[in-house]
Amino acid sequence: MVPTLSVDRLRISFSHRTGIIEAVDGVSFSIAPSECVGLVGESGSGKTQIFMAAMGLLDGNAQVSGSVRFEGNELLRVDGPTLNRVRGSQLTMIFQDPMTSLTPHLTVGTQLAEVMVTHLGMPWKDARSFAGRMLERVHVPEPKRRLTQYPHELSGGMRQRVMIAMSLLCEPSLVIADEPTTALDVTIQAQIIELLRAVRGEFGMALVLISHDLAVVAGLADRILVMYAGSVVENAITGELFKHPRHPYTAELLKCMPSVTGPRLDRLPTLAGQPPRPGEVLEACPFAPRCPRAADRCRVERPQLEGSSTSQVACHFPLTA
Amino acid sequence: MNNIVLRVRDLRVDFGAHAVIRGVSFDLCSGETLSLVGESGSGKSTLARAILRLLQPAQGSAEFLGVDLLRCPPAVLRAQRRGLQIVFQDALASLDPRMTVGESIGEPLRIFEPGLNAGARQLKVRDMLERVGLSPEMTGRYPHEFSGGQCQRIGIARAMILSPKLLICDEIVSSLDVSVQGQIVNLLLDLQDAGMAVLFISHNLAVVRHLSHRVLVMYLGKLVEIAPCDALFESPVHPYTRALLAAVPRMPHAAAAAAPAAPGELAAPDLMASGCAFRDRCPYALPVCESSDPPLLEVAPGHWAACHRSQETLNPLSFVA
Amino acid sequence: MGGLADAAARRSRTNPAAVVAVAALCVILVLTWLGPWISPNNSQTLDWLHIAARPGMQSSHWFGTDRLGRDLFVRTLAGTRVSIAIGLAASIISLLVGVSYGAIAGYIGGRADHLMMRLIEILSGLPLIFFVIFLTVIFGRSEYLLFFAIGAVGWLTMARIVRGQALSIRQREFIEAAIASGAGTGRIILRHVVPNVIGPVIVYATLTVPQIILFESFLSFLGLGIQEPGASLGTLIAEGAGEMEAAPWILLVPGSFLAVLLLCLNIFGDGLRDALDVKDG
Repeated sequence: MVPTLSVDRLRISFSHRTGIIEAVDGVSFSIAPSECVGLVGESGSGKTQIFMAAMGLLDGNAQVSGSVRFEGNELLRVDGPTLNRVRGSQLTMIFQDPMTSLTPHLTVGTQLAEVMVTHLGMPWKDARSFAGRMLERVHVPEPKRRLTQYPHELSGGMRQRVMIAMSLLCEPSLVIADEPTTALDVTIQAQIIELLRAVRGEFGMALVLISHDLAVVAGLADRILVMYAGSVVENAITGELFKHPRHPYTAELLKCMPSVTGPRLDRLPTLAGQPPRPGEVLEACPFAPRCPRAADRCRVERPQLEGSSTSQVACHFPLTA
Repeated sequence: MNNIVLRVRDLRVDFGAHAVIRGVSFDLCSGETLSLVGESGSGKSTLARAILRLLQPAQGSAEFLGVDLLRCPPAVLRAQRRGLQIVFQDALASLDPRMTVGESIGEPLRIFEPGLNAGARQLKVRDMLERVGLSPEMTGRYPHEFSGGQCQRIGIARAMILSPKLLICDEIVSSLDVSVQGQIVNLLLDLQDAGMAVLFISHNLAVVRHLSHRVLVMYLGKLVEIAPCDALFESPVHPYTRALLAAVPRMPHAAAAAAPAAPGELAAPDLMASGCAFRDRCPYALPVCESSDPPLLEVAPGHWAACHRSQETLNPLSFVA
Repeated sequence: MGGLADAAARRSRTNPAAVVAVAALCVILVLTWLGPWISPNNSQTLDWLHIAARPGMQSSHWFGTDRLGRDLFVRTLAGTRVSIAIGLAASIISLLVGVSYGAIAGYIGGRADHLMMRLIEILSGLPLIFFVIFLTVIFGRSEYLLFFAIGAVGWLTMARIVRGQALSIRQREFIEAAIASGAGTGRIILRHVVPNVIGPVIVYATLTVPQIILFESFLSFLGLGIQEPGASLGTLIAEGAGEMEAAPWILLVPGSFLAVLLLCLNIFGDGLRDALDVKDG
């Protein structure tokens, strides 16, 4: 069975006036058809860059090595027109800020219809009515009216629904959702998460959910990848990750997330230091400076991702169950 | 409690024809941490700016230690600012990019203690930097050289250098990584000298839970619930508060939400002619909610809610939607 | 301001044209101030033996002489000196007046801004050359008049630019933070607004120097500014224009100096803008 997405030893670096900055440092993982994978990391983890590379959206000064295969076909180092055969139809992306990801001067209807006209060769009229139906499926109230509106006339939550609709129009095999709820209010966020869950059930596509919030990802993902400073430090099925986190960073992250339930604390749990900035010189294990379990070996030898199909971790001294 | 540091009465702010804050009243005592929660459109950030008279309210009063900040002459206002400081959400943007960090932190000293010579001032600045957990050697650096979390510490240092009686924190942890949020919150707890009151504005309920003595909930420019922290989280009365708490994404092992999340979106402001602002999204709305705007009433000692059905919601077992 | 200088220095290293321009400017500046000591001649002496002599190494007149036998090299250097001095002085004045005016108007806003901008518009509308001629008729020709004329208009565009910048700075959060800290209007304008508009201002200032030099040359060419025996590049060019057919070097020497000077200043200004833009972005 061909994985929907297969990332192999992906390295992304940016040339900057101060030198070369490593954003993604040898990442490998794969996504099976219909699987929902959560990708969690803080700033500087490189989680967004991986998928920008897959979609061919990296800046000009980026250097990419390794491979990203979509349904067996290589995506990297491929020219625009070739990429456009899958980009936007089979492999779609939902961006974080619904304010800026929709074209401000085109109506919602035009932007949606354009996708189908371009990729499926549908005539405009049919495309527009199809768009209206899709808006209904993502529970946008008054869908016909929305088609004639401009993005700025819609609220943030509504715009995000439009983006979700847009990503589903051509029945993709993989939808990448990059922090889809971060810019939204908590009550709207809950609705969008519900929508993503419903949509997954209905369309059955694979879904990548990128977020800095483990709780958001927990509700949807079958599997979670935790990233730190450009590498995957843990890759486990959701239940396992929360019950028995094996990487110290994962464990600390879980501890740091204050909850609305449970006992009140005098001080919030925290991790000393801060995530390394892209380009900062790192110890062999990128987490070593902040790790409560770091030993000499961690500062010299880089841990590799190892483990079973349900749980992999990159650590010399992983936590045991 | 003890002395009242801030007394806000009937505050009203209009942006053109649109009422952004519609009659807000509350007290803040010395030594108290009062959190103000709400989503976008609630007016919470506008409230902070109105209290500080960074914008002109249409109506109402804000008495800081007896002086009405909204009506006093500009010279008196400026003198009062010594005791009333604010830390902004975007820490980097709130620092003058052309001033060194040392100069920014020292500016309140230049303004309010002009008699202090440069040496004494430097000493205080360095001391403050150390208190917020940064190296005193960094006084000569510029804001862009620091990370988000560090900039936030610098903002806090600047606000605290004159030992204010009231500190307003406007979403200070929202743009920080989770592993760093705890550091800033703990810093605040540490620096909260005896008697300093804190108005903590946030949409992050989890952080609020661990930080506050009392919580104010705002919706579309009005206070819908006021309660001691534990009471709010354990037995929320207003349907919006319940929806807010239900919407917070839960970790897999955490208890499931008790109440339904709020459907729909924030109503358009022009619909706010009469009745309860939340009625369109409220699962418990009755005809009376359409015609009459519920007043804020005390439903339990120190616990206030603005809902026609608050007596019922107090006792969830008897609550039938 | 340290950050600005660092960024500028770093950028200049990657911009060869600007580096060459700066080098050339330095050479010109050194020449104009030290030149009279290098050459055995001085700008006033009339050398009857070498009237309208061609440039060459054989006589002591390396760039030749003019119709009256005055050494062109020293004279051109003197003229360049005058032009640069006027350019710099007038630019500095227009900088000081323009920045203060624009910063205050932009930051305070409202009616004051409204009135201040209307004043600028009225002054901009004045036909400058006629104004200068008018003043010359009344007060006679003098260098001070020249100065006044240039000063009267030099600051207008600067004020407009600074006002625009101040308007956008006013919205930024660190200004709000400064107000919340208790800073008064004066302090905010001086310590927060002005340093943050300095970037575009410096660039514009370096680009006004060539404009002013050109303007002064033009006025002097018309006979409205510097008079004999004083020299500026403008007067020298005017003289040279009269001798174009017989002794072209009398025009070419000051003309080339002016061209090189303006070119270098413009390239330098562009380079400065690039250097500062990167940091500003």
